[in-house]
Amino acid sequence: MEIFVAKKSEFKESDRRIVPSERGEIGVFHHEGAFYAYANKCLHSGGPACEGLLMPKVVDIIAEDRTYQGQEFDESEMHFVCPWHGWEYDVKTGQSIGDRRQFLRKYEVVERGDDVFVIA
Amino acid sequence: MNAKTPTNTVREVRFDEFSSSDSLIKAAEQAHQRNYKDFLIVDVDSHHYESESYGEIFKFIENPVIRRQALESASRGGRSSMLGGSVGYQDIGGRITRHWLRKHEKTEGPQHRDVTTTLRWMNAMGVDYACLFPTPMLFLGTHPQVEIEVAMARAYNRWLCDTILEHEPRIISMLYLPFNDPEATYQMVKDFGHRKGVKGFMVTAPRYKPVHDNAYMKTYRLLEEMGLPISFHAAYNWNDQSLQLTNRFIGVHALGFMWFNMVHMTNWVVNGIPERFPKLKVMWIESGLTWAYSLMQRLDHSYKMRTSDCPSLKRKPSEYMREMYFSSQPMEMPDDPSILEATFKMINAQTQLVWSSDYPHWDFDLPGVIYDLPFLDEQSKRNILGGNAAKLFNLDPTPVKTIPPVAAYK
Repeated sequence: MEIFVAKKSEFKESDRRIVPSERGEIGVFHHEGAFYAYANKCLHSGGPACEGLLMPKVVDIIAEDRTYQGQEFDESEMHFVCPWHGWEYDVKTGQSIGDRRQFLRKYEVVERGDDVFVIA
Repeated sequence: MNAKTPTNTVREVRFDEFSSSDSLIKAAEQAHQRNYKDFLIVDVDSHHYESESYGEIFKFIENPVIRRQALESASRGGRSSMLGGSVGYQDIGGRITRHWLRKHEKTEGPQHRDVTTTLRWMNAMGVDYACLFPTPMLFLGTHPQVEIEVAMARAYNRWLCDTILEHEPRIISMLYLPFNDPEATYQMVKDFGHRKGVKGFMVTAPRYKPVHDNAYMKTYRLLEEMGLPISFHAAYNWNDQSLQLTNRFIGVHALGFMWFNMVHMTNWVVNGIPERFPKLKVMWIESGLTWAYSLMQRLDHSYKMRTSDCPSLKRKPSEYMREMYFSSQPMEMPDDPSILEATFKMINAQTQLVWSSDYPHWDFDLPGVIYDLPFLDEQSKRNILGGNAAKLFNLDPTPVKTIPPVAAYK
């Protein structure tokens, strides 16, 4: 079924909504012009995975000579972080960063005019 | 983070409000789904941030000179402090949002704020009794001034008894022992061992006095006579010479929380302390479980060749260790549950494992880490989640919690 999430005009970039559904809560993210929706239930211990901080991937800077030169954020890969224990997920795929074989349940998001819906 | 009771309305996520109950509403859902209301759950290791109450605690410091130093340092706003701190970033750069959102939690009523917030998370998780420990004081054993450790330990214990334990029967504690001063340690047990809610005494593991020092024997004897357990609560010391080799918190945490307890356990066993005090109950807190699995095998292997090193022992080291208590958190969860099952078998988890949350710290566990294990029967789950601790702490096994209602949804 389609569940109304928000008016697109009121759903700002980098914002999110938590949507009730018969299948449990769904977190809907507005990221780089697109919408992504996942089960708001962490694969680790069932925490509110979609309600934590958005944080870019952290990378080690390794130089040509293989020496370590510090760390930086990789803004091209945004993560959302479960606030209970810090499990990180790729906002575009729902992939668990700590165990890349695992993914959060993903839901389809449809836009109709100014309305955003999630299919659950 | 404002995880709310599920409603029928779409909601936004905000970072300007916090409630221990709301942030754990999904834990309350689990508690209902698993019928935790039907049996006792005891958390043998949880925490509060006593530093938020330093203004109150410092007034309990008995020595007027140290009391003035403490109150004065508290007013300097972090430029320097009498107690110092620990290097580290347990909140993973702010990713564990409750650590910085907790300042927004609203409490009201006459009871202490720590009582209110503690009962909120206890009820959400389905916990009946929680053994409450401090947080920054876990590092006090490395303070260079022994008299400061003693003064602070006595002040904190007195404050905790008078302000928290006297007023809330569901909150219990094993009181801090100022272990760098053996006489003060002994006196602490004598002075506080009979206070309401005191279920034993706790030694913070990061420290550099060996547990087999003769100076501690009269304290062990006193604890044994009083029927009170002693526990060793793990923590790290990033200034430890070996641990200084690690450059990330994950390293110092993974090693440090095992390291000091491995040293103390080894000394405890090979010096025959269990033979000298056969009725003294011992608990090892917050080192997880794999260290015990490993150390039992290491010590047994060497013991068979070097019995002359530990002539007080009448049995293998692992046999003594298997009679001690181990808190569960942070419980390692290997992909293959048979590995964890072997660890449970090794430590005789059926009677010796006691569940702990470590809440609100960054790597807390819910009761589900035990309840959801595929290889335990219902009675074993209940023993580990509460029954074993009820016997250890002499608690009434009747559940007393009130799990908050959660809007039903599939």
